Amino acid sequence: MADSDLDLRIWRGDAKGGELVSYRVPVTEGMVVLDAVLWAQANMASDMAVRWNCKAAKCGSCSAEIQGFPRLMCKTPIADYGDHVTVRPMRAFPLIKDLVTDVSWNYEVNKQIPPFTPSEKDMNTSEPWRMQQKDVDRVMEFRKCIECFLCQDVCHVLRNHDGKSNFYGPRFMVRIAALEMHPKDSLDRRPLLKGNAGLGYCNVTKCCTEVCPEHIKITDNAIIPLKERMDDAYFDPVRALIRRIGGGRKPKAV
Amino acid sequence: MAISEPVARPVAADRTGVKNPYSVLPNWLYPAFVVVALSLFGAYALWVVFFQPLGYVMPYLSPFDSPPITLGRIPPAIWVAWAPLVFRLSCYYYRKAYFRSFFGHPRSCAVPEPKRRYRGETAFPWVFNNFHRFAFYATVVQVGFLWFDAVIAFDFGGRFGVGFGSVLMLANVLLLSGYTFGCHAFRHLAGGDLDCFSCSLAARARHRLWRGVTILNIKHDRWAWASLFTVAATDIYIRLLLAGVLHDPRWVS
Ligand code: SF4
Ligand code: SF4
Ligand code: FES
Repeated sequence: MADSDLDLRIWRGDAKGGELVSYRVPVTEGMVVLDAVLWAQANMASDMAVRWNCKAAKCGSCSAEIQGFPRLMCKTPIADYGDHVTVRPMRAFPLIKDLVTDVSWNYEVNKQIPPFTPSEKDMNTSEPWRMQQKDVDRVMEFRKCIECFLCQDVCHVLRNHDGKSNFYGPRFMVRIAALEMHPKDSLDRRPLLKGNAGLGYCNVTKCCTEVCPEHIKITDNAIIPLKERMDDAYFDPVRALIRRIGGGRKPKAV
Repeated sequence: MAISEPVARPVAADRTGVKNPYSVLPNWLYPAFVVVALSLFGAYALWVVFFQPLGYVMPYLSPFDSPPITLGRIPPAIWVAWAPLVFRLSCYYYRKAYFRSFFGHPRSCAVPEPKRRYRGETAFPWVFNNFHRFAFYATVVQVGFLWFDAVIAFDFGGRFGVGFGSVLMLANVLLLSGYTFGCHAFRHLAGGDLDCFSCSLAARARHRLWRGVTILNIKHDRWAWASLFTVAATDIYIRLLLAGVLHDPRWVS
């Protein structure tokens, strides 16, 4: 094999089974894994299924497991790996074909989260809403999410413990954090976090943060602050007493 | 660019393990380090707490024994050490450390995992991690005592002086403060629980505090390890002085 050739191994198959297939791909400067996969598809395997769209790490379509690690194919330089690299579909989701998985579970979860709901007063005002930069900054981080679902794929609750009926997964903790920390939102999603969203299943081991291509500090800035908010409502007898006496926000079902 | 002959062939099995692209270290190193470091510290701490007398050599007091409470034959550290122990056990950083290394949930990202039933922090005993803030309150009190001790450590019988022990105790309390006040529960208490940072004067003040805590919080893991190390080092140093093995280099005015 020439120095400039890449031994690209791609998992080929469907839900019934499959195997790794090796493709010899010529490497060009600045090549990313998606380029190599598409070259193999164009020149050797026109029936290969691969999902991609923007090729700029912004659409979140090309998630896969590269050398066993969840990454965006379009953002991963071949140079990271040398002369061979293995690409597999995401393991946490049902396989459709080759590198394409069925991520629709995520959209079902998303529907269970009550959307942004301003108060009556804010809804009926004719004034434009004003938000200070310091309030924008904190939720902006969460809005960067491109829904690549790499964090869902790597989260061991979903990946290894079949926790899809227990835990919504880190992506949706990010979404709930964006809503809960929004100054104009009026709902209280803490009962949801304690209940169906299953925040308690996360053991803050931070793999979601390690894989996020948008570098969202998922654990430190979304999950842990949400755990603290949940604790305010359910694990803090002192705050419960203060609520009794009359102050503080009571958890109310959504 | 030379177009090579299209070649496609099946390969038997994946010859390579999971490669974390964001780290040059092998996957096993972090869990192995945590197991070794926490086991060593744990064994040493048990020995000090249950079998050692008060770690005091004028003017130094061991962080295990502050405040010094001597009641009968009960080892003095028993009254003190539970607070930092519970604080570290329920600390959000140490949770990552021990869940990964001692329990393999997960040992490292995207690697296979023991199939044991997993309930995370929804069931006994880990559900108690939700009470972390109370361990924080107790530890703040203890850090207060340690600041007092660190100041006293510069007082050599009424004269100001600086010994190696004084410097060690000061470094220890600085690192412990950085660790304690970077706590996620404190970050929440400082301002994280607000939905609006700008809506009142109090909220704006708390936002500033929250930003300060955030700076300490970003490297919470480093503070945790550094302070664990200085706690052990300070105690070992004082016990070596006590045993007469070491002599404290000092300058007194
Ligand atoms: S920190 Fe929590 S949500 Fe993120 S990967 Fe780990 S268990 Fe899953
Ligand atoms: S939080 Fe990050 S890893 Fe998760 S879906 Fe959004 S962009 Fe992807
Ligand atoms: S192709 Fe859009 S993120 Fe990779």
